[in-house]
Formats: sequence, structure tokens, C-alpha cells
Amino acid sequence: MAELTQDRATEVMTVNIGPHHPATHGVLRLIVDLEGEVVKDLKPVIGYVHTGIEKSCEDKSYWKVIPFVERMDYVSYFFQMEAYCGAVERLVGLEIPPRAKYLRTIFLELNRIHSHLVWLGTTALDLGAISMLWYCFRERDRILDLFEMAAGQRMHTRYFQVGGVIEDIPLGFEKKLREFIADMPVRVGQYQALLDRNEVFLSRTKGVGIVSRERLLELGVTGPLLRAAGEPWDLRKAFDYLAYPEVDFQIPVGTVGDNYDRYRVRVAEMVESTKIVEQALDLMEEGPFIADDRKYVLPPRSELSTSMESLIHHFKLVTEGFRVEPGEVYYSIESPRGELGCFVLADGSSKPSRVHFRDPSFVNLQAFKDMAVGSYIADMIASLGMLDPILGGVDR
Amino acid sequence: MPDAPGLELIRGEIERDHPGSVLATSFDRAQAALVVDPAQILTVLSWLREEPGQSYRFLSSLHVADYLPAAPRFGVHYELLNRDRVERLRVKAMLVDPAAPALPTIDSCVELFPTAEAQEREAFDFFGIVFRNHPDMTRILLPDDYVGWPQRRDFPVGGEPVTFTYNEHTYG
Repeated sequence: MAELTQDRATEVMTVNIGPHHPATHGVLRLIVDLEGEVVKDLKPVIGYVHTGIEKSCEDKSYWKVIPFVERMDYVSYFFQMEAYCGAVERLVGLEIPPRAKYLRTIFLELNRIHSHLVWLGTTALDLGAISMLWYCFRERDRILDLFEMAAGQRMHTRYFQVGGVIEDIPLGFEKKLREFIADMPVRVGQYQALLDRNEVFLSRTKGVGIVSRERLLELGVTGPLLRAAGEPWDLRKAFDYLAYPEVDFQIPVGTVGDNYDRYRVRVAEMVESTKIVEQALDLMEEGPFIADDRKYVLPPRSELSTSMESLIHHFKLVTEGFRVEPGEVYYSIESPRGELGCFVLADGSSKPSRVHFRDPSFVNLQAFKDMAVGSYIADMIASLGMLDPILGGVDR
Repeated sequence: MPDAPGLELIRGEIERDHPGSVLATSFDRAQAALVVDPAQILTVLSWLREEPGQSYRFLSSLHVADYLPAAPRFGVHYELLNRDRVERLRVKAMLVDPAAPALPTIDSCVELFPTAEAQEREAFDFFGIVFRNHPDMTRILLPDDYVGWPQRRDFPVGGEPVTFTYNEHTYG
């Protein structure tokens, strides 16, 4: 019986997971070295949904780039729009009116709740909590209804424009939104009642996937992952953009940085977002929703039949687009996944000469090896869910 | 952001410790940038990271822009962040495009900023810029057998054969 006493734990098997696998939250391929069920080494292989968006942007005039960049990180499209429009506004030196600032803040925060709901539903599903998916997508649908009401589209709304937003919110929108933000904290409380002290959920998340704060900072990780490790770093507080300096909200932080903290931080962020939306609604006053600079902003539709100048501006903007003086700008905002930066290089023509997105999913994915090595393969899948990468943003 | 005089102060201090490392400064649209000698990029980055008064310890983004037809063609941008003072500083290294088969080269900053690993691979993938001493200088998003550097300005949009449509016989 000599072979039975052999140490079989040393046998390492390399397993390929994905790229098409429901547990990888997108088209992500993982090459994993397993010793039994323990992950010894891991390499993410990306690029399966690379569509060359950054290159395509160089061939479009500035205002036509907006729908392209929305489709990078397809769960947080308002953030992509804000990063790009904000960068172009800084390039041309365009101030956006106060109402547009509030409207953008409201839609960004609704999008943050939406993104976290998609994350919570799918990640809890990975851990076996199937009902969470239905509850989360029920609330997500109400947000999509609000998007549809304001912009006409449920996803990829193209609502933000260079200079403001395309349309004011319609009649009845505010009432519907206030109902939603009154309901949402209650619903978050229900999620917490289901998960916070759930034995299965706790044993799957507590103490799993811990990466130290210092290591996360070295790897450039930002967003809820960094905050869960106890670092209160949030660009909404650090930098002055949109209406964030005027509203009162808190930054939830974790203590040890395990998957449970990551869950708690994101859930607490949803509640904070509803507070931001509510305050922005209260502070918002009537007024123009887009800047009044005809060199960059389309004239109102009603003027086209009466004013020759408006017609010329409209024609110039729609055919050629506006030209931007040479220069370069890096503008970053806090997306649901961390620092979303947009770099735009202008060469004087009406098309950007380079558009680059610093996508938080792309950078955060580098921490996945640190999170997963040494844990069980089932916990690796849980950690990937808690990392919350959107592969459209990773691959661009 | 350091303001324009603050940027000149930083330049003066680097020049005192490492003469000739900073070639120019620019302060445009409220964003400060140092244009540095590509051969001394690691010296400048580690100075900015370690010098007690500076401590730009977080690399937000590393990306490349192609300034064709300008003379040093490629600009490698390092968006540094000082999280204590909440200040951003852009460091730019301008690289000359060598003759055809040779690729522009610069030192890798992975030792200083481990976050740059994927971003340097991305820069290599799309612009063909080689980062010396990078642990794994391979393509990251495009297939390994891809030929060409698609984000360069002289690479046409749609210049890539699409082999599964009507033109598959043309391109094989």
C-alpha cells in the first residue's frame, strides 16, 4: 500500500476558467494553479471584449464621442459621460449652470445606486443568495424607469452634454424620484436584514480576500475596495466638482478589508447616495440646464425657425462640431468602482487627438491575485464578485 | 494642483538635486506638468515620491499620447497624486520615434509604483513603447499575434482586415 501514503497535496493542477463563464462577471479568463481546492497562483487574461473605443473616439467630433465612452463601463454610463464631458469642459473653459450641476449629481448618484444594486444582486447570487438578485433588480428597475423618464433611454442615455444636460427633467419626475429615495433606505435595510447576520453569508465573506491597505495603495486600487480596508479616500470629498461640496454625506469605511467589509461599505454607500440625491433636489433651483455658449452648445430647437444665427450655429455644430484649442486635460471622478479618469488631448481640430480612460476596474483587477491566492477556489469566485470588475471597462 | 509658482519651486528643487532632469514646465488649464528627460524618468519619479516635502506617492494613471507630427513624438504621462495635500502633478517624458523596426524605449516604473504594471503593458500594446525592466512586457488587450500599434496616429481607423465578412477573400 505504498502509493496511499504518498503526499498527494503537492500535485498542482492548472485550470482554465472562462472566458465565457457566468461566475466571472463578464468575459474574463482566469488561469488558476490549484493544489486540491486551494488557489496557488492565478493570472487574469483580459481583452476579450476589447472594441477599440479609444481609437474610434479619435475619428469622431467631440460631441459624437459621448455615446462611445458610455459603452465602456456599461453599468456606470453616467460616470463615463461625466468624466468625458467634464474633461472637454475644462479644455474649452466652459462653466456649467448650477441646475446642470445638481442634475448631474442626482443622475450620478442614482447611477451609483444602480451599479451597486447590480453588484449586490449578482455577487449575492454567486454566494447562493438567489432571492437577492430579484430584490436588487426590482429596485434597479425603478432607477431605470427614472432614467427613461428623463432621457428616453434606460441605459446609455447620452443625457450629459458638453455644457450641461440635454433636457430638463420632465413634469412628475421629481415626485417619482422623491418616492424612490424615500423607499430606498428601507429596501437597503431589508437587504441587510437578509444578509448581515446570515450564517452562510458570514462564513463565506468574513476574513476572506483580505489585502492590506498599504498593498492596495501600491496597486493603485481605489473606491469601495480601498475604503473597506479603512482608508477614507473619496474623490467626491477630496476634489471640488459638481454639487458635492454643497451636500452633506459621509464616507463609509471598513476595518479589516475582507469581503464582508466590502459588502458593508457598498451597502452603506447606497444610503449615502440617497441622501445626496435628496439634498441636491432640495437645493436645486429653476434655471438653465445647459450653458448658453452657442459655440459649443446646440441652440434651442424653437429658435431654428426664427433665427438665422441659430440655424448657422446648429448647422456648424452638427456637421463639423466645435474646435478646441490645443491642450490636454486629465479629469477624474469617483465612480462606483473608484477613480475614473479621463484624459483628452486636443490638437486644435474638431476631433480629439487622444481620449484615454483610466478605468478603475482595469487597475483594481491587479489586486485580484492578492485577494485570491491561498484561498479556496469557491472563495476566489466570491472575491472576484466583491472586486466588482466590469469587463467592458477593463477592455474598452 | 500646485499653482504656477509652486510648479517652478518643484522644478528648482529637482534641478538642485538632479541637474538637467527637468526640460520644461507647463501650467495649462489649471493643470501642472513637468516635462522631464526620459533617461532620468526614474530619478524624477522617485524624487517626487520619496522627497519629504513632496511625497507624490500615488500613481493615478499612466498613459501615452501620440503628438504626431510634433518632433519628440510620444508623450508618456504619469498622473501623480499627493493624497495628503490633494494635489495632482503630471510628469511627461517625450520619446523620439526611432527608425522603423526599433521601438521607443523608457525605463519601467513598476518597482516604484506596482500599479503601473498593467498600464505599461497597455501602453506597449497600443503604442509600441517598450518599458525596460518590466516583468512581463507583452500585449495585454490585443491578441498576442497582433501586428502593429493601433493607437498611433498614423494607424488608420478601420485599417484592420475584418476576415469574417464579405472581404474575407481579399484578406485571406
